[in-house]
Amino acid sequence: MRHQLSLRIGPASFRIGSAWRQPVAQLAQLYADYPQVGGEVADFTVRLEPAGPLRQWVRPSIFITGDHGLADAAPMSLTHGLLAAEMGMNLQMALGWRRHLLLHASSVEKDGRVLIMTGESGSGKSTLAAQLGERGWRLMGDEFALLDLVTGSVFPFPRLISLKNEAIGVVAGEAPGERMGPLLKGTAKGDIRHLVPRADAVARMEEGAKPALLLFPRFGHAADVRPVGQGEVFMRLTQASTNYVALGEPGFRALTRFVQEVPARAIDFPSGEAAMALVQQLWDERT
Amino acid sequence: MSGALLVGALREPQSVAVLDSPGWNALIAAARPERLIGTLALRVDEALTPAAVRPILADARLDAEREARQALWEADRAAEALGAPVLLLKGTAYVAAGLKAGKGRFIGDLDILVPRERMDDVEAGLRSAGWEWVKQDDYDDAYYRQWMHELPPMIHCERDRMIDVHHTILPLTARQTPDAKAMMADAVAITERLSVLSPEDMVCHSVAHLLADGDLAGGLRNLWDIHCLLDNVDAERLAARAERHGMGRHVAQAQRLAAALYGSGVRQRLTVWDRLVIWRLLARDGWGRETRKLLRFAFYLRSHWLRMPPMMLARHLFTKWRKGYRPV
Repeated sequence: MRHQLSLRIGPASFRIGSAWRQPVAQLAQLYADYPQVGGEVADFTVRLEPAGPLRQWVRPSIFITGDHGLADAAPMSLTHGLLAAEMGMNLQMALGWRRHLLLHASSVEKDGRVLIMTGESGSGKSTLAAQLGERGWRLMGDEFALLDLVTGSVFPFPRLISLKNEAIGVVAGEAPGERMGPLLKGTAKGDIRHLVPRADAVARMEEGAKPALLLFPRFGHAADVRPVGQGEVFMRLTQASTNYVALGEPGFRALTRFVQEVPARAIDFPSGEAAMALVQQLWDERT
Repeated sequence: MSGALLVGALREPQSVAVLDSPGWNALIAAARPERLIGTLALRVDEALTPAAVRPILADARLDAEREARQALWEADRAAEALGAPVLLLKGTAYVAAGLKAGKGRFIGDLDILVPRERMDDVEAGLRSAGWEWVKQDDYDDAYYRQWMHELPPMIHCERDRMIDVHHTILPLTARQTPDAKAMMADAVAITERLSVLSPEDMVCHSVAHLLADGDLAGGLRNLWDIHCLLDNVDAERLAARAERHGMGRHVAQAQRLAAALYGSGVRQRLTVWDRLVIWRLLARDGWGRETRKLLRFAFYLRSHWLRMPPMMLARHLFTKWRKGYRPV
């Protein structure tokens, strides 16, 4: 491919090839402080290809694929090339990673213990993780938490944090501008802007820790905290995992253990500040 | 070209010892889309691979184990649903019979062969056990039922696994007509509920799909199957059986191709046509992309030409095109 870059993020390495210069240049800039692993064997290949024979030049349109692809993935505009590259890496992980149980969740760490937040898109888990990451927690990732199949530890996958719509303004008020990527307007999920994790998150990206609390956040409701039973937690996490079925018995054992050992709460909150207070309160109360 | 790299690694697994990192990247990028990474992972000696490659191949072995387990489970479910033994084809058959071709093999769908007169019963049995139609399109459904060698594909509503129910080997419009009845008559029982084709018929069946049908997409794996299956056959019996199915020329070509790409012994002389097929089979680059677009398109047209008389082909391609289907 004409333009390429190799990156390591947490335990996984990616070789990203693109028909266009722009997405690779933007990645290189935002991931400048991550280990550059060009010349090594990559776990995954990501390809950003023209969606049709002429689509490299005329109304450029990106088809995201690689080692693992989805035939019916919708093509994206070149102006969203950075997002396409990020989605390409997600896609490889979601479909191909087997070395941990993947939980579609954000996670942050403090004092050697991990707080995990999972929920649908729009639940506020990315925003919460980004804000906590700016306030003394170590950000581990906003997309996937990697659960070790043997030890039960959670490992980071600290890619760029993807902030959507209102969350962009909220987090931009706390994070320095040089760690923010370009504003991508009008994507399938509205406006998106990426945030580079703080230096400590990158420096310690191979370091796992034990999970201590699981939250199911829900943004846009009056503040509330509810316990969640183990059966429901188990079901929700199998749905939040892209490789639970593929892992078979080891995945089942890891998830069972996680559900039994990690207390879980559903939390509703009307604003970011309310959420911060709730999270801190539950963190301090945890047993 | 990474297609050639992949073929070389399967033919001589110890040859990977000389690969550098870009070489490994290209090999893995080709093996994954060709669905041969599990096979590769089982053939390559770990000691010859760099540390970064070992977990990748270990994952592939794990996936292959799961594929095999799932495939056997699906076969068992189908036998249960039909209340009768099932005759397995392709990947599931290779795994169930413990053949070399099944080692590390990717298995997509469950393929079974049943007598044409039993099709209505089979369809009803599968539907009551939870299998549903995949194709919602009336044209496709009618097309399958009128002209194809199989029912429209079905998928299980809970397990998301596909089943292809074949009543003969090639589409009814195809030029060759392998004798499905004879294949069923000679099938070999491997358990009380599962049977497979005889070794010679297995080769004929695999060759029919590689060379007398289809556009050779994914053909490197099918040819690997054939290469492995040829170990178990008696040459004379195979030749006789191939003639019986009207496949003599194709089987002979498959033997030449398998020997040329995967064989270690003396190679037979290749024809120009053999070389074109090989050129098509190896059309993949170091990023895993398919190359040689025009050649691939030509093979795509040929696959339809082999399946249908010209007027029917024109009508079919026009209908599919109008519905928005683009081949390449």
